[in-house]
Amino acid sequence: MSTAILSESLLILALGWGGIFVVMIIIYLVSMALMKIFPADK
Amino acid sequence: MEVLNTAVDVLTAGVLGLAAEPGRIVMMLVGMILMYLGIKKEYEPTLLVPMGLGTILVNIPDSGVLAFGGEPGPFQILFDMGIDTELFPLLLFIGIGAMIDFGPLLASPFLLLFGAAAQFGIFFVIIVAGLLGFNLADSASAGIIAAADGPTSIFVANSLQSKYLGAIMVAAYSYMALVPIIQPIAIKAVTTKKERQIRMVYKPGSVSQTAKIIFPIVICIVAGLIAPASLPLVGFLMFGNLLRECGVLDNLSMSAQNELVNLISILLGLCVSVRMQAGEFLQVDTLIIMGLGLLGFVMDTVGGIMFAKVLNIFRKEKINPMIGASGISAFPMSSRVIQKLATEEDPGNFILMQAAGSNVAGQIASVVAGGLILGIVPGLM
Repeated sequence: MSTAILSESLLILALGWGGIFVVMIIIYLVSMALMKIFPADK
Repeated sequence: MEVLNTAVDVLTAGVLGLAAEPGRIVMMLVGMILMYLGIKKEYEPTLLVPMGLGTILVNIPDSGVLAFGGEPGPFQILFDMGIDTELFPLLLFIGIGAMIDFGPLLASPFLLLFGAAAQFGIFFVIIVAGLLGFNLADSASAGIIAAADGPTSIFVANSLQSKYLGAIMVAAYSYMALVPIIQPIAIKAVTTKKERQIRMVYKPGSVSQTAKIIFPIVICIVAGLIAPASLPLVGFLMFGNLLRECGVLDNLSMSAQNELVNLISILLGLCVSVRMQAGEFLQVDTLIIMGLGLLGFVMDTVGGIMFAKVLNIFRKEKINPMIGASGISAFPMSSRVIQKLATEEDPGNFILMQAAGSNVAGQIASVVAGGLILGIVPGLM
């Protein structure tokens, strides 16, 4: 087992999975803002 | 006499070629199984049927669909034009985008986080594949099967030039069809009956048309700025959604959802079988890649559930952890599976809307995951 491969894979996990969370959190905030700025007509 | 001998040689060349390479016969059987699954079991028939027949055609010795008279044959031309250039999976995304209603997700944007959590399987598989000795490109390509998103899997595996493209595509589409079997087993393994019985209150918020129109545009900008490599995937998906939501291009939206998706599915299924030739496909590595894909689907489910369980530690109003499992891209199959499981445990439990929102979030997260992998992996190779 190569520690280099393991550390590379863990780096991908951190950057990749972490990156998805960052993008989704930003989209979450944007969605909240959109719902506030453009509310549905009552 | 010599003419007769030549004629006999020509007419028997195919049979003799087949007998000399029994692997081709095995692949023809694989093609028949794919068609059986598509036609009889109705598992992703739009793809498995053309792919099944394609597999038979490419495994006939000296098949004219691959090359004829020293020139590329029709399948090879389609492959070069549609898969090598990555156009087919991207065009398919326009149709998929036009089919998605982001309304429920906009009404409960909190569900976006489950889409992120349920991509865990991708990265788990990358680690396992690396430890099994696969190179980084093949590990990442095996991992992306767990995106539960056929076009993204093809796009990423092809961009990383993985030699397992055929296996990855078969695995991605087969496992998507098998979500009703895979997910309940994984869910029951990591949740208690009591957790599966948790009821959730659905508070539907109405969403304005303006918000629905701006949403795909904003996602393109956000995803593009953070993960520019994801833009082909995200951009085409959101373009399709904009056609749907803008309100003035209904004809184009319907064409994207129907004609475009149908045409591309036919061509995609046929030409991807170029990678289903016996010499390339029948290897132990291929089976391992397919096994890793299955592991990825299971770990996606586990990742989503565990995330929901962690959130529950801090929340007063508990989340049914199965909502986390529906954060994969297989829409609407996964949300239906979750609702079925919830009803099994408590006939009055209705969590379909939350599951559907999480499922749609999984569609966004899977393309973002694909883009991030394409942004990260080449830099490490």
